[in-house]
Amino acid sequence: MAEVQIMTGNTAAATAVKLCQVQVVSAYPITPQTSVTETLSQFIESGELKAEYVRVESEHSAMTVCISASTVGARVFTSTSSHGLLYMHEQLHWAAGSRLPIVMCCVNRGVGAPWSIFNDQQDSISQRDTGWIQLYCRDNQEIIDTVIQAYRIAEEVYAPVMVCYDGFVLSHTMMPVCLPDADMVNSFLPPYKPHTILSADNPRNINPVIFPGMRKNSAGILCDGYMEIRYKLQETLEKSRDVIVSTGIKYSKLTGRDYSGMLWHYKTDDAEVILTGMGSIATEATVAVDELRLKGIKAGVLGVRVFRPFPHAAIQQALQNARAVIVLEKDISYGYEGALCSDIKAALYGTGINPPLHNFIAGLGGRDVKAREIFEAVQTSLTEMNNKNTQNKTIWINCRQ
Amino acid sequence: MPENLFKVNKEEYMLPGNRSCQGCGLSLAYRYALKALRENTILTVPASCLTVLHGLYPTTSVTIPCLNCTFASTAASAAGLVAGLAATGRTDTTVVAFAGDGGTYDIGIQALSGAAERGTDFIFVCYDNEGYMNTGTQRSSATPMGAITTTTPILTKEQNKKDMLKIMEAHDIAYIATTTPAYPIDLYDKFVKAKRIKGTRYMQIHVPCPPGWGYPPRDTVKMARLAIETGVFVLFEMENGKFRFTGRSKSLAEKGNRLPLINYIERQDRFKKISDEQLHSMQKFIDNKWNEYQKKAEG
Ligand SMILES: Cc1ncc(C[n+]2csc(CCOP(=O)(O)OP(=O)(O)O)c2C)c(N)n1
Ligand code: SF4
Repeated sequence: MAEVQIMTGNTAAATAVKLCQVQVVSAYPITPQTSVTETLSQFIESGELKAEYVRVESEHSAMTVCISASTVGARVFTSTSSHGLLYMHEQLHWAAGSRLPIVMCCVNRGVGAPWSIFNDQQDSISQRDTGWIQLYCRDNQEIIDTVIQAYRIAEEVYAPVMVCYDGFVLSHTMMPVCLPDADMVNSFLPPYKPHTILSADNPRNINPVIFPGMRKNSAGILCDGYMEIRYKLQETLEKSRDVIVSTGIKYSKLTGRDYSGMLWHYKTDDAEVILTGMGSIATEATVAVDELRLKGIKAGVLGVRVFRPFPHAAIQQALQNARAVIVLEKDISYGYEGALCSDIKAALYGTGINPPLHNFIAGLGGRDVKAREIFEAVQTSLTEMNNKNTQNKTIWINCRQ
Repeated sequence: MPENLFKVNKEEYMLPGNRSCQGCGLSLAYRYALKALRENTILTVPASCLTVLHGLYPTTSVTIPCLNCTFASTAASAAGLVAGLAATGRTDTTVVAFAGDGGTYDIGIQALSGAAERGTDFIFVCYDNEGYMNTGTQRSSATPMGAITTTTPILTKEQNKKDMLKIMEAHDIAYIATTTPAYPIDLYDKFVKAKRIKGTRYMQIHVPCPPGWGYPPRDTVKMARLAIETGVFVLFEMENGKFRFTGRSKSLAEKGNRLPLINYIERQDRFKKISDEQLHSMQKFIDNKWNEYQKKAEG
């Protein structure tokens, strides 16, 4: 029987890294991520995990160390939050462009100015277009399980994976976690094979300057230009949906915990009103759904586990019978609406699925979002949705306006 | 150690026809550096003229494996290579970072300081052409006083060159050496030595740049030599904190016959607007540095 331990989200993440026998860790302190790397320091200095730990002077360098170490064939890990993630921005593009299976935890936190150490998802959302796969967790069990799956996904498709989970709400909250068995993880996760070997026997210049057009190599073969390389990254992320699902199914079989979909469902079978979101806000929504159901409203929650690649087909299917949709999110694309909301609307375009849709912006910078507030806001929205002019709207929850 | 060119490693790691300019001091220096470093080396190179020298995808003019990295990340990239190689059991490979002065003195200094402080086992090479040349000769903190660049087009650079060597000295690293393409054997020997030493090694090469400095391409070696004759650039080594002059700078120190700065300045268009005051101030700056070195050499 697998062992159950009570642990924080950050301990769950570090434990997963140990189980995956990561070979190089490099990180820099930032709240609320810090204890992930502190725990890993303990594992490494005590010899529980045999890995190189590079205690760098910045997040830019942490991601750089991951890039170079991964290039020469080491399984690598880093974690960060908020400004640390933003500081890595250049390297996030570089990692994805280099097609390296780096796994990073982003412990979600708001972004300054002004300073906030508290949770929202503006940090990871603002890195949406860097070519990383983004997975979101709703509890600590999902954190440990998702990190393990992330390595397998990353190493199969050669793209980096960001495992996102909410700061404090998960990172510092104790929850029971069923510990995956080390042998099980070993069999689930084959050793990492780098796509290129850097050696003088076959010298290569990795990531040189490339021109717009395709050029021939010394053997006369026409090689990819910049566009082709970009197309391949896009194609890889598109195809990674299947890998994410098949990996989830394999993992579910080994653990009995269900990761077979890119979305999770709560009481959606007969639901007319669908609340959707990523991470712990979606968990909060399940409580609101129970209250709505007591009022006779057939509501359900659609949790989004995978944000990139975007699970558009699964979303279309899940929303086909919805009479109203509420997208809850802890981020804002300034000047428009929440990023998840835009993507969901885009996924429905041209499908004939066109329910009224309200976007709730909530919990920015750690502002409390209680199930009760969601419950009340949904009720107000449902009334407003009867009016043709207010069927598509962004609403800031629990915010003086 | 080779006393003459015939004893240098005959293997060529830079194929003919690279993309540097005619008379490029970097390209001269790089050839001998690679000969000294040999096959069991992995390079990491940030955005710079050197990226261009290495060639356009999918061909390269250099036969030592190279990982290109972003501008600010060079030393961290080397640290990642070192960690990755250690973790995968490949400990016989020397990791060498090669960056321009912009990539060293300015945007790369944080990562370099971090890697040096951690005692990362690698060689960091700064080839100093005294400006952002790849982007068309903008001012860097390595640009000397009085030089015209595209970002100091009228007033010229108002500050003296930053003393990067002193900054590296403050990190108490295993080996610091300066060298020049004017004396390829000096350069070769120092790289051979650096390769044998463990820990962080910092090398600085003064590389004249014909388009950036404004002199005819045939005069690159002359310019590099004049820099040494005038004390603008000083050849030395520091091992475990112990300083010693080397090569031509050693005999200049012994004989005390440095040339006045003007001999170097007057041959380069970049200094055509230098004022008497600036020239005087720069001469004083160089004399002071020279005196500091002499004190260090005396111990
Ligand atoms: C973050 C970032 N900023 C700016 C640039 C543009 N850039 C590319 S090469 C270069 C100049 C490099 O100067 P230096 O390091 O002195 O090397 P050199 O070109 O002189 O050989 C600059 C500014 C970049 N690539 N990345
Ligand atoms: S600009 Fe100067 S440093 Fe750059 S390749 Fe040309 S000569 Fe060499």
